[in-house]
Amino acid sequence: MKRILKSTIAIIVLSMVMVACGPTTSKKGGSKGVLSGSQAERAYVAPGEHDEYYGFISGGFSGQLAVYGLPSGRLFRVIPVFSQDPEKGYGYSEETIPMLMTSHGFVPWGDSHHPDISQTNGELDGRWIFINENNTPRVARISLETFETEEIMEIPNSAGNHSSAFVTENSEYVVAGTRFGVPTPQKDIPISEYKSNFKGSLTFLKIDPENGLMNIAFQIRMPGFNFDLAHPGRGDSHGWFFFSSYNTEEASTLLEVNASQNDKDFIAAINWKKIEEYVAQGVGTMEPARYAHNVWDDHTHTATTTMEKEVLIINPEDVPGAIYFLPTPKSPHGCDVDPTGEYIIGSGKLAATITVHSFSKMLKAIEDKAFDGETYSIPIINYEAVNYGSLEQPGLGPLHTEFDTRGNGYTTFFISSEVVKWNIKDLVVIDRKPTFYSVGHLMIPGGNSRKPFDKYLVAMNKITKDRYLPTGPEACQSAQLYDISGEKMELLLDFPTIGEPHYAAGCPADLLASKSVKIFKLEDNTHPYATKSEADSKVVRKGNEVHIYMTMIRSHFSPDNIEGVKVGDKVFFHVTNLEQDFDVPHGISMLGANTSELLTMPGRTETFVWEPKEIGVWPFYCTDFCSALHQEMQGYVRVSPKGSKIPISYTIDEEVPGEDL
Amino acid sequence: MKKDKILMIIGSLGLLLLFIFPLWTITLVAPQYPEPLGMHIHINRLSDGVQFNDVNNIDLLNHYIGMALLPTEDNVKNGKVEPFAEFTIMPIIVVIMSILGIIFAIIGKRNLYLVWVVVLAILGSVGVFDFYLWLYDYGHNLDPKAVLKITDPITGELMAYQPPIFGFKQMLNFEVYSFPAAGLYIILSAALLCILAYYINTKRKTRLN
Repeated sequence: MKRILKSTIAIIVLSMVMVACGPTTSKKGGSKGVLSGSQAERAYVAPGEHDEYYGFISGGFSGQLAVYGLPSGRLFRVIPVFSQDPEKGYGYSEETIPMLMTSHGFVPWGDSHHPDISQTNGELDGRWIFINENNTPRVARISLETFETEEIMEIPNSAGNHSSAFVTENSEYVVAGTRFGVPTPQKDIPISEYKSNFKGSLTFLKIDPENGLMNIAFQIRMPGFNFDLAHPGRGDSHGWFFFSSYNTEEASTLLEVNASQNDKDFIAAINWKKIEEYVAQGVGTMEPARYAHNVWDDHTHTATTTMEKEVLIINPEDVPGAIYFLPTPKSPHGCDVDPTGEYIIGSGKLAATITVHSFSKMLKAIEDKAFDGETYSIPIINYEAVNYGSLEQPGLGPLHTEFDTRGNGYTTFFISSEVVKWNIKDLVVIDRKPTFYSVGHLMIPGGNSRKPFDKYLVAMNKITKDRYLPTGPEACQSAQLYDISGEKMELLLDFPTIGEPHYAAGCPADLLASKSVKIFKLEDNTHPYATKSEADSKVVRKGNEVHIYMTMIRSHFSPDNIEGVKVGDKVFFHVTNLEQDFDVPHGISMLGANTSELLTMPGRTETFVWEPKEIGVWPFYCTDFCSALHQEMQGYVRVSPKGSKIPISYTIDEEVPGEDL
Repeated sequence: MKKDKILMIIGSLGLLLLFIFPLWTITLVAPQYPEPLGMHIHINRLSDGVQFNDVNNIDLLNHYIGMALLPTEDNVKNGKVEPFAEFTIMPIIVVIMSILGIIFAIIGKRNLYLVWVVVLAILGSVGVFDFYLWLYDYGHNLDPKAVLKITDPITGELMAYQPPIFGFKQMLNFEVYSFPAAGLYIILSAALLCILAYYINTKRKTRLN
């Protein structure tokens, strides 16, 4: 207890000293008034005009990914990924429920953190965006044509999938590093036996270049450190992946103190190309595991879950020369690689310095065997031998760095609430601007690639306090847009976000806008319950199951009068939107159904289940304002008592669909 | 081969391009349709003017004002609407005119060229008039159960929705544009080539005399 108290006091005193020594910047606006200058104009996108960039900002504990326009900060869409979304029927419709299946069963919520856009030759290619889930370890792939989640892979032997979902420069792999050390495979042992029994898995998911489908190529069984963030090498360092870690103390309790004792933790440097070679030679052990692999199909408009049964485990001692530790001060969070691939930036979140490692020095150190011993058979490279230098006293609590094309890094400082621009080669601070408040990650479109689009920077804040009108005890979290095209950064705009804006990815609008899907072609729809014309709409009873093959088109359902349903039946509404026109979705909801609406895009078929519990005549209607006669788009289902002899019948305009032919 | 014959053959064969290119295009712009809807009218079919499924989408909007269904492939197949006889007749006429043109070219008599171009002109005029009749029919022959029934503020009568045959007309929320398409210019070019052939032939004859 005494030690805790001492450490806490030490941190408080240190913070005070740092703040006192730190730069003084006026709060509120952070400049001579955003409204007085041309800043407002530069973030203004006139009505009907389009933004210059897409910004994909994760929703943190909302489990989703939100799509904004930059520089306007306008919210376009929330893509449901790891959490149910009743607005879109995601995780409620029979077709999307499998997307949220895991080895623990159906999980309705997730914690989405780090989106990353696929790359080709180190540049954003705009095919997919990947994002990780922290709580139930998963990685999702989202199509940037449909802006929908297409695939979710659960990560076995992991807990708190935090250092994820970053992609290599040709989208060979997306990674998933565990934040918690856990017994691997899981077993019933005392928590106090953490050391050496708990492991930290680093998982490499191979991406199929044709269709993006992921599979776990191998999993490296690292010591039970807590892996925090990661970034791939690029250019000369392509083939390597760097993971920051904390808790090299391997504590299992009161980590805020016990995991903050070592002066230096590690950045793990993984030569995945070398491991690929080892794997090709048969190195590694296939171990039993159980994890869900959920895949969406845009022809059947249905997701399927496959339970995978094994995973290839690589132990560090089996792959000599492929894994090294780079000592990095004070529980590094950010682990960022500059556009040239030479500098690896470690942000010790309890340190007052930013550490810059050099990739070329690292190679030389490995060649010279400049090691300070090893831990768990992993060589620890001598700090001096790998370190390029440090940026001293840039602020307090460095978290994350992204880059421009002019040799500068931009680092967020959580404790001192600011963004600092600094030159990597010269290790000098160029500019600093306050954030409001407690900034976590920042994002420069393409800032994780060889080719950043360095016009804007988005900083994401964890706390807003007095920045917006109050809305009760829960204040919104926010993003802030800075213009970084000049020597000094300029704050242009604040905008609130959904959930916790944890991290983001961005790209020029023209990379995606022209290939955005408008409709799904009805002729390509292979859903087993698709109804491709009104004449084919029908109702079929199978025991106590009633299947309604229903169509929607402006502005009616077919059939819209259904009788013969009985209490105790399980009624499946298989609803096809016959529209083939852009921006004409239809919705449907049923009074008494214990589920969400469906929101069905043109050409798609979706299903919800209704189990009527009371007799009567119950209405359903279109929930998306589709047309001038949207309000008329409705129908009735008659529910008779259990055992009733009333047969199934169905009509539209008093005729059986298709019977007039 | 003589120049006039070549021109005549090119013009006649050129007519066969009508199997690819549309004769006329109707385009609809509305606040909800910043990317317009379009419909191409060919000698044998209707086709999407701007993007996929335009014709069906126009058909769908037409039902609000009670306009008859368009003779799309699906509608005809499902027995919802009678096929246009024109879509059967016009291709035959085009093929006949093409063959006839080639025969006349081979014969190489300038009066035959004249006959060919006059027949083409008559057929073209009849075609345009027929098109006008269809537009009138679609614009006036409205379903009495139509959901949108709007009276003309001036005449007090139920509004008709006859699209323009040439040019622009505002129809409710839609700006309707109707203009000849590549097909019509193909016919005009064929006619011009034929006239040119006639002159070349005449000139040669005068020189010989």
